[in-house]
Amino acid sequence: MIGAGKIKQYANVLDKPLSRGRQEVSLSAFAFLFSELVQYNQTRVDNIAELERRLEDAGYAVGARVLELLCHREKGNRRETRLLGILSFVHSTVWKVLFGKVADSLEKGTEHEDEYMISEKELLVNRFISIPKDMGTFNCGAFVAGIVKGVLDGAGFPAVVTAHFVPVEGQHRPRTTILIKFAEEVLQREARLG
Amino acid sequence: MAPLAPRTGDAIFANVERVNAELFTLTYGAIVRQLLTDLEEVEEVNKELDQMGYNIGVRLIDEFLAKSNVSRCVDFKETANVIAKVGFKMFLGVTASVTNWDAEGTTCSLVLEDNPLVDFVELPDTCQGLHYCNILSGVIRGALEMVSMKTEVAWVRDMLHGDDAYELQVKLVKQVPEEYPYKEDD
Repeated sequence: MIGAGKIKQYANVLDKPLSRGRQEVSLSAFAFLFSELVQYNQTRVDNIAELERRLEDAGYAVGARVLELLCHREKGNRRETRLLGILSFVHSTVWKVLFGKVADSLEKGTEHEDEYMISEKELLVNRFISIPKDMGTFNCGAFVAGIVKGVLDGAGFPAVVTAHFVPVEGQHRPRTTILIKFAEEVLQREARLG
Repeated sequence: MAPLAPRTGDAIFANVERVNAELFTLTYGAIVRQLLTDLEEVEEVNKELDQMGYNIGVRLIDEFLAKSNVSRCVDFKETANVIAKVGFKMFLGVTASVTNWDAEGTTCSLVLEDNPLVDFVELPDTCQGLHYCNILSGVIRGALEMVSMKTEVAWVRDMLHGDDAYELQVKLVKQVPEEYPYKEDD
């Protein structure tokens, strides 16, 4: 191609070399984009549960791809088979790559064996969002819950993942907890593996 | 207080908070996928992306003007340069170049070689008419309309369709003087 110079044209996107993941965009660009995502979905649904489900579906797609990308780039294609392994992968690696820091905490649920919680003081996606009172317990963190669900499902740990606001004393904004409830088969497999 | 000098795109980008471009790319991909599932028609998706971009643009211009301290642009040439060098850098972390000016100076092309929206993307055969980055054309149109310039923005080249770069043609249709919303004598 005449004057091609700088950029090599790859016929197939799969042949392009994988970037090292250092490129950045401004937070406001992401915030604007996310707000449009939420606003668009608000016009397509009738109730809050449906809106959360749609945000979760959007996040699910992101999570599935993030898992593939990070497994290849960060972990050298090694696969997590243990529960704690995949949880710490999500809590540290995934969070660090997507949000620039590891998640604030990872806890095991006290009431049920199959519940784990990842907490964050202020989710990146919720930074510029305020929920009107008439929307009750709606949380845009459902998008992040979807990302976690996508990662877990892709890695072979099916789970129900939801996002909740937990009020904290002394803090004006509540912190967000991502509640992960693993499927029965995951716990059985984990018990078998010892 | 002396007026602040306009800042370069790099300086502003270094000062704003940034997020991983891959989160941005994947979120945009999720949006396009949702639109395709809901609307099914490629033309409808193009229009919806443009509309979403327009909504973003009308709010983005405020942040742009606040952070970049650019003074009023003398003519459209300056406007296009500011968009390409400062605007794109400040939000997307990449610079565009301005080419193909027409004789009157009302139409130009913004050429992007690097585009964070399209990492990992390949268009399937069923979506060949899709302008994947159409949100960008809406953003530019919306932002310029808020500063009294009515424009038409269209894609000339698109790497996802096999071209070697992304080229947006921006055409100034007319300058709309600001309307004062209140009556003089009230």
